[in-house]
Amino acid sequence: MPIFIDRRLNPKDRSLANRQRFLRRARDELKQNVRDEIRSRRIAEVDAEHTVPIPKRGTSEPNFDEARNSGRRERVLVGNKQFAEGDLIPKRAQGGFGSPAPGDTPSEDDFRFVLSREEFLDLFFEDLELPDLVKLSLKEIVAFKSRRAGFAQSGAPTNINVGRTMRNSYGRRIALRRPKREDVEAVEQELASLRAVPPSHNTLQRIIALSEELERLKRRQKKIAYVDPVDIRFNRFEPQPLPNASAVMFCLMDVSGSMGEREKDLAKRFFVLLHLFLQRRYERTEIVFIRHTHEAHEVDEETFFYSTQSGGTVVSTALEEMHRIIAKRYPVSEWNIYAAQASDGDNFVSDSERCIALLDGELMRLCQYFAYIEIIDERESEIFGATENGTSLWQAYSNVASQWSNFQMSRIAKAADIYPVFRKLFTKQPTVGKST
Amino acid sequence: MPASKARLLFSGSDWDFRKLSQVYEAIEEVAVEELQLDVYPTQLEIISSEQMLDAYASVGMPLMYRHWSFGKHFLYQELLYRKGGRGLAYELVINSNPCIVYLMEENTMALQALVTAHAALGHNHFFKNNHLFRQWTDAAMILSYLDFAKDYIARCEERHGLAAVEEILDAAHALKEQGVFRYQRPPKLSSEQQRKEVRERLEYEERSYNDLWRTLPNSRESSEDQNQAERKKKLNLPEENLLYFLEKNSPALEPWQREIIRIVRVIAQYFYPQRQTQVMNEGCATFVHYTLMNMLFDRGRISEGALLEMLSNHSNVVFQPGFDDPRFSGINPYALGLDLMQDIKRIVTEPTQEDRDWFPDIAGSGDWRRVLLDAWADHRDESFIRQFLSPALIRKWRFFLLADCADEPNYKVASIHNERGYEKIRSALAHSYEVGANRPDIQVVDVDLLGDRHLRLQHKVKNGVLLEDKSRDDTLRHVKRLWGYEVSLASVDAGTGATIADRATSQIAS
Repeated sequence: MPIFIDRRLNPKDRSLANRQRFLRRARDELKQNVRDEIRSRRIAEVDAEHTVPIPKRGTSEPNFDEARNSGRRERVLVGNKQFAEGDLIPKRAQGGFGSPAPGDTPSEDDFRFVLSREEFLDLFFEDLELPDLVKLSLKEIVAFKSRRAGFAQSGAPTNINVGRTMRNSYGRRIALRRPKREDVEAVEQELASLRAVPPSHNTLQRIIALSEELERLKRRQKKIAYVDPVDIRFNRFEPQPLPNASAVMFCLMDVSGSMGEREKDLAKRFFVLLHLFLQRRYERTEIVFIRHTHEAHEVDEETFFYSTQSGGTVVSTALEEMHRIIAKRYPVSEWNIYAAQASDGDNFVSDSERCIALLDGELMRLCQYFAYIEIIDERESEIFGATENGTSLWQAYSNVASQWSNFQMSRIAKAADIYPVFRKLFTKQPTVGKST
Repeated sequence: MPASKARLLFSGSDWDFRKLSQVYEAIEEVAVEELQLDVYPTQLEIISSEQMLDAYASVGMPLMYRHWSFGKHFLYQELLYRKGGRGLAYELVINSNPCIVYLMEENTMALQALVTAHAALGHNHFFKNNHLFRQWTDAAMILSYLDFAKDYIARCEERHGLAAVEEILDAAHALKEQGVFRYQRPPKLSSEQQRKEVRERLEYEERSYNDLWRTLPNSRESSEDQNQAERKKKLNLPEENLLYFLEKNSPALEPWQREIIRIVRVIAQYFYPQRQTQVMNEGCATFVHYTLMNMLFDRGRISEGALLEMLSNHSNVVFQPGFDDPRFSGINPYALGLDLMQDIKRIVTEPTQEDRDWFPDIAGSGDWRRVLLDAWADHRDESFIRQFLSPALIRKWRFFLLADCADEPNYKVASIHNERGYEKIRSALAHSYEVGANRPDIQVVDVDLLGDRHLRLQHKVKNGVLLEDKSRDDTLRHVKRLWGYEVSLASVDAGTGATIADRATSQIAS
């Protein structure tokens, strides 16, 4: 008699720890991969399913191997059809017998595997230097609330639906002809009344018949339960994402010649981070891209990041465009409005005043949050680090920041500087509501 | 109970534990009665496909320590499986006592019966009776050892950090091939015995001490050689098991690191017999399932439908495409093993004149069961093929021998299935299953522990087959990590003794 063990219910993912070790091992290569991917992906899809090629660097397992192109060997093969001893067979350029023709086997590039959302975000966050708490709260997906969703045959006793259960029980009792209480009582009463009068032959007969009837009814009552386990119904609950308001995110960027590849890359990470945050808080998020030189346009993501346009720099045009779009498409009563602006700080001197006026006058009242980053050279970061002087736009925005608590600004020279801009956004966890 | 004997064991394709148990008992009964198999108690475990992938990733063992390379293998296997490029095995069997057999839950009942006969009886019998397994592995202790290894390495990770443990494991894995005793039995002395021997040796030296020896004049010129010879003797050099040598003698390792190397080494040694008996092991299991299923059918215990399903699976397993077929990927051990064994049965029961010439001992002796049982017990692939590959089988398979010389533009057909070729083909095929001879022969030849501690390895180059440069350098780097000092590898021609190449770690950029 063999021993049987059913292992199917054993915990899954036995090799999860090995997977984690593998990912850590290939971290640098994967990170590079993720970085490339972020560059080429749309902001809203950054945390969607992500496949990467199996990394090769650092994950080879060397051992002493024979070189294929040296020495003399003998091989025994099967299925000789035409060869005689001494025949010569020309070698093919690649491989030998037994190595399948090219195209038959999946090439190395086909070996891609899927990173989970969590693994992907881990890699993405790595050099953003987010505090752990923030990382956690970003990875967490929307909050769920259970909602009634019909009935189930199993569940917790607290969830028993009495109405349903009793209805089923009633139906079953009728179908199985369970004696009703009234019927039994009627028989009992008749029996009692017969016993009360002096017995005669007829009544005696009747009494015997009635007691038999009574016994039969009671037995049947006992056999057919009043409420049987098959009757019981439970309320079924289904987790549903919390109904959240919608948010729109405005990405504003200066695309004049001074914004190079590095600047755009940093800006994109900045936008991605804000978007991740919004996505977590709101059920529906939309993104509007506005790029500007001396005039501003709403564009699609592709154009936003990849096409250049020459011209001067007038920031206020972007703010005006944003204002116009809000008025047209995103009524404040329905949308939470977030704005993220990236620029290298260049602006016409006279225009900065106009920006202040625009923000103070209207925009800041409409926005939940306005984040501004000024992308500077890494060498400049030491000079500008703490001082308040800077470009005209920086100075103008400093004024706004001192008046509005929902305005944040920062100078950024490397990826790690991005997070402080959002610090406020992440530290306080206000209930999602309408700003007034 | 003749009435119940004739009853079908199962019908339909669904299985349950009661049916599995009945089938196992029926199969075991026939196996013991008719084939005289002798097996360990069996433990059948039902697993899902995901768990089968897990098992694949950890070299088929139910327990394994953690390492990134297993994660990598898992991803490869999973990809191949998901893409439909490769099906999963229906079963997995572990050489342990009790013998553990994994059955996939997706299998139909007929398949479960087939797998039970194949693994729980065929492989199981082979594990219990083959001399390699009996001598070299300890079936009763492997699971508890793996459990110990897993815990030990997890504890090391906690104490010394993942990176430190990984470094040692990486290096040890690189030397797995050179981490087995191929010819010499692994030393099994306990430390108590060792101490006793050392004590006895000292006593003997004291007893036989004679001051006169000191007065003999020393021959100056040979002292260097003598020194070296003595040194080598003391370290038991040359040593073929690099991991064993490093574990015992490396000046750079801490005790826990030695223990990790030992774990890798013990597991590699455990698998060594399996690699030497692939054809026999699979052949034995396939022969057993094929024979048992037909016997059960003859006794009316399984239906025609079930037998057909089994046969269709069976023929998939033993499919052998020719060398020019795009599906060809070497010789299928299931097919070769099964054919060899069925051929033995044929030679024993109905030999031709040719068989009588080639196999005078067994031809026509009549008791094929005995011959097979003996062969399963006494041989490994190499000796089995050398002993039993018959001309008839060579003709059936149309074997031919191809000489491949790297400098020449052509392969040369050296032998085919004719009178002149039989011996040569048989010998070459047997040789190709000699695991020890087909891996690079690398040994520790010298080290001066009191001097510069330069570790010298030697690669015996046979037939001019050299090592691949990149992997050699990478592996040497791993050796250096374990040794801590300079390591060099000399390639020496096995025939002439001439040094072909010498590579030291100082030449390799790290």
